Amino acid sequence: MNIDWNAFTPLSALAGGLLIGLASAWLILMNGRIAGISGILGGLLNNERGHRGWQFAFILGLLAGPAIWGIFHALPAIEIRASYPALIAAGLLVGIGTRYAAGCTSGHGVCGLSRLSPRSLAATMTFMFGGFATVYVVRHLLGA
Amino acid sequence: MNKVTISAFISGLIFSFGLLLSGMANPEKVLGFLDLFGAWDPSLALVMGGAIAVGLPAFLIARKRETAVLGGSINLPTKRELDKRLLLGSLVFGIGWGLAGFCPGPGIVATGAAETGALVFTLAMVSGMLIFRWLENRNTAAS
Repeated sequence: MNIDWNAFTPLSALAGGLLIGLASAWLILMNGRIAGISGILGGLLNNERGHRGWQFAFILGLLAGPAIWGIFHALPAIEIRASYPALIAAGLLVGIGTRYAAGCTSGHGVCGLSRLSPRSLAATMTFMFGGFATVYVVRHLLGA
Repeated sequence: MNKVTISAFISGLIFSFGLLLSGMANPEKVLGFLDLFGAWDPSLALVMGGAIAVGLPAFLIARKRETAVLGGSINLPTKRELDKRLLLGSLVFGIGWGLAGFCPGPGIVATGAAETGALVFTLAMVSGMLIFRWLENRNTAAS
């Protein structure tokens, strides 16, 4: 293993993680809901009565973040190197996969691991494996 | 707008700031973490660590409480089985994550930052979720 120390940003990563934990803590304690983004977006698409309001508001908060951040500070870099076809394939896989698994990085990764759920641990290990394997194939076998 | 809606908005906003600050909203940063066999950037392990450090006590409190602060029940997941849907779904998600470096939250946040590529990803993700719903409805109708 070869660590890229120049790219390593421990302080901002940790501080950002604390904020993500705070947002999840807020939603479960104030609203009684799990901050699982694929679940909230999927729920919104299912148009569930009585849930539309808070689900829409949460997604709106995610979308509004960069604009509000931008009032006070320059936005951090967002570098997207994937081609449009790759982004479309990735989006389809992420959409279908997270709904079958009933959770993504937030629902299983953050909330599930915080609840010490074995089911979420299995999901997290599986999607991490999928991510590591895919990047290995794309970058080191195909050389893209 | 009621308190529940405003509270959910605040949670989404803090989540968004967390994704931006941590670097999770940057696909190149995420791919640097997923590139275990290249020049590996371990930063995102600390994002997970930081989030769980706050989440762990919060969910301990949530488990002990009967109701949420704003009223209503606290809805904790009850499913426990490690089935094919969980594992295959997670694998498919992980492959998609590794292809572009986007998972659901960062895709939505980067769309909010007016990144065209993120909008393309997010629209495809929404389509994937609609395909899932269509497949599920078809299965229910057939059985």
